[in-house]
Amino acid sequence: MKTQRYDRQLKLEGFGPEKQQLLNQAAVLVIGAGGLGVPVLQYLTAMGTGKLGIVEYDTISITNLQRQVLYHTSEEGQPKLQTAIRRLQQLNPEIQFIAHDTWLTPENALDIIAGYDVVVDCSDNFGTRYLVNDACVILNKPFVYGAIHKYEGQVSVFNYKGSATYRCLFPEQPEPGAMLNCSDIGVLGILPGIIGSYQANETVKIICGIGEPLSNQLLTIDTLYNTHYTFRITPVPGNHNITALQDSYEQPCDTGGVKSLTVQQLQEWLEAGRPLQLIDVREADEWEVCSLEQALHVPMRMIGGIIPKLQRDVPVALLCHHGMRSLMVAQQLDAAGFPFVYNVEGGIHAWACEIDEEMNIY
Amino acid sequence: MRVLLFGIAKDIAGKPVITVDGVNTVAELKSYLYKTYPRLEQLRSLMIAVNKTYAGDGQVLQASDEVAVIPPVSGG
Repeated sequence: MKTQRYDRQLKLEGFGPEKQQLLNQAAVLVIGAGGLGVPVLQYLTAMGTGKLGIVEYDTISITNLQRQVLYHTSEEGQPKLQTAIRRLQQLNPEIQFIAHDTWLTPENALDIIAGYDVVVDCSDNFGTRYLVNDACVILNKPFVYGAIHKYEGQVSVFNYKGSATYRCLFPEQPEPGAMLNCSDIGVLGILPGIIGSYQANETVKIICGIGEPLSNQLLTIDTLYNTHYTFRITPVPGNHNITALQDSYEQPCDTGGVKSLTVQQLQEWLEAGRPLQLIDVREADEWEVCSLEQALHVPMRMIGGIIPKLQRDVPVALLCHHGMRSLMVAQQLDAAGFPFVYNVEGGIHAWACEIDEEMNIY
Repeated sequence: MRVLLFGIAKDIAGKPVITVDGVNTVAELKSYLYKTYPRLEQLRSLMIAVNKTYAGDGQVLQASDEVAVIPPVSGG
């Protein structure tokens, strides 16, 4: 450890070398490298957290940049995970980064979380939040919660030394569709920076044992009117007795329904070899004219037959001629509960025009 | 009784504060809220805090209590 880097915290009364060493020895898992995850990762990296795991599968979109300030305009379409790690390594090469190139699912959650001391929930959907809660309760890991809505944020430390859990506040997931369309609510760029910074602060506090963590408390912050409330909460008996994860935590609204994939993004995904189930739903005569070698050919009217064979935790991308038929199939898969459904915008025609000029066009 | 609304509850009611009279317990307050704003019921989980402390359904309300309605929030 190069002590000069941490000089200002080493000389801070109440922190010092002993607390710094605790931080250097800690393993923290950050779930999501988006609005909340970016400030959490930046501060935990800068301050010298020994091991930082990141769970992220998304790519950088231009609409992310007003709040996810780690990423650059030129990185649009790149995977967040590798981009974040590259930049964070430049910030502090002493940190060991562990890349979890996946979404968190009931299949992988326990294995991933088991290797860490503290979990920071920076996800953006209820399904993941309840999954994080249940997995952390099962593994007896504290987790630092942050969530935002418009100009408001919530912060808490759950499951810390027997403290209240997320389900003690909100026992059940909201009905699908009860919230406004998740991606359309909007957010001011600063808010996740504030709430994420609080999460990073709480994480450092519980690792180092300083101050009073927000366990058994819910902090709410309204950034328009500068109101801060701290609500007292208490553990609800039974909520620490979870012994197994649910089979599924999926929620249609959480995933924003069907997501769009540009042909450029599709090309990047294919070239990067990311797990993807690409399905071309055109008719046989169209498939004869042109096709992508990575695609599975399943004409639209046959789609019902292959639904049971598709893997639910691997993204599915639908492709057709111009993107209309594939959208209908994508909506069908979304309604069937597939969590990661993408429609290739503009279809194979866009691919022929923008990616592969030698491809036949019809 | 003044009831402060947070998050999406504020959006659903269209205002940050409502006045509720004639409810004696948290359970009655929730029934009133669900009847007046049916979309709140779809949230399934709705935290009620009385005087800045989590309140279960059976808690008795006084006119002087400061009540807050805190819905779940998913954004990140």
